[in-house]
Amino acid sequence: MTRFLALPLILAAAAVPALAQDTSPAQLRSGYEAESGAAADPAAGKAFFLAEHSGGKPETPSCVTCHTSDPRAAGQARTGKTIEPLAPAANPERLTDSAKVEKWFGRNCNSVLGRDCTAAEKANIVAWLASF
Amino acid sequence: MIRRFTLILALAFPAAPVLADDDYMPPVTHPATAEECSACHMAYPAGFLPARSWQAIMGNLENHFGEDARLDEATRAEIEAYLVSNAAPRVRGVAETATPLRISELPWFKREHEREVSARMMERAKSMSNCVACHKGAERGYFEDD
Repeated sequence: MTRFLALPLILAAAAVPALAQDTSPAQLRSGYEAESGAAADPAAGKAFFLAEHSGGKPETPSCVTCHTSDPRAAGQARTGKTIEPLAPAANPERLTDSAKVEKWFGRNCNSVLGRDCTAAEKANIVAWLASF
Repeated sequence: MIRRFTLILALAFPAAPVLADDDYMPPVTHPATAEECSACHMAYPAGFLPARSWQAIMGNLENHFGEDARLDEATRAEIEAYLVSNAAPRVRGVAETATPLRISELPWFKREHEREVSARMMERAKSMSNCVACHKGAERGYFEDD
């Protein structure tokens, strides 16, 4: 009996997508706010996201190079591959996996700015993306 | 003399063609490689490049063709080991001393694509990184012409 019960459980567990889902946009925002010591400013996040930056790699001067200026829309990597929307309203998987969020902030801030983003910048961007 | 010539042929041929006549190249089967490399482009089969190329690419992920593609060290090392152990023993037209970084700049690749890819096809694909734009079976290892 136990053996019969165990097999469907194993199959069910394997079918669950490999998403950590250990956080939420609100949790991320409050975590970055606590780290920076300031309240998030969605408008500043928008301006930062849309701006052309210098100091990073010439191929990627802005977030919108790949993500487009509308976070509800799909973007396109320089390779031609589709990037799913960043706004949780359009893509519920976004901002639910803290390791993934940190991995991509780490890579993309360096590509665009040539440095890490500050906690305040991350708080602002998360707040703006979650505002849609 | 004939025997020596035969030996050279035997050594040269098995490794020579990158794609066999059936245009099949075994796809990536390693989970971390498939997952991480396909974030921005198709996870290219390890057999398209020699081991030294994969080592160079995986050793400079901070500058990955114009983007930062850093990974945690454990994942990076695991992916490099997979790519190196499934790499091409030799690539047609590439000297043993050369370390190509782009599959799209290998001599056979350029030859195959220069004459067949129209401007409109390039516009649709956006870049030579986008195999599946034209090769519908690319992710399963099939690169036949459509």
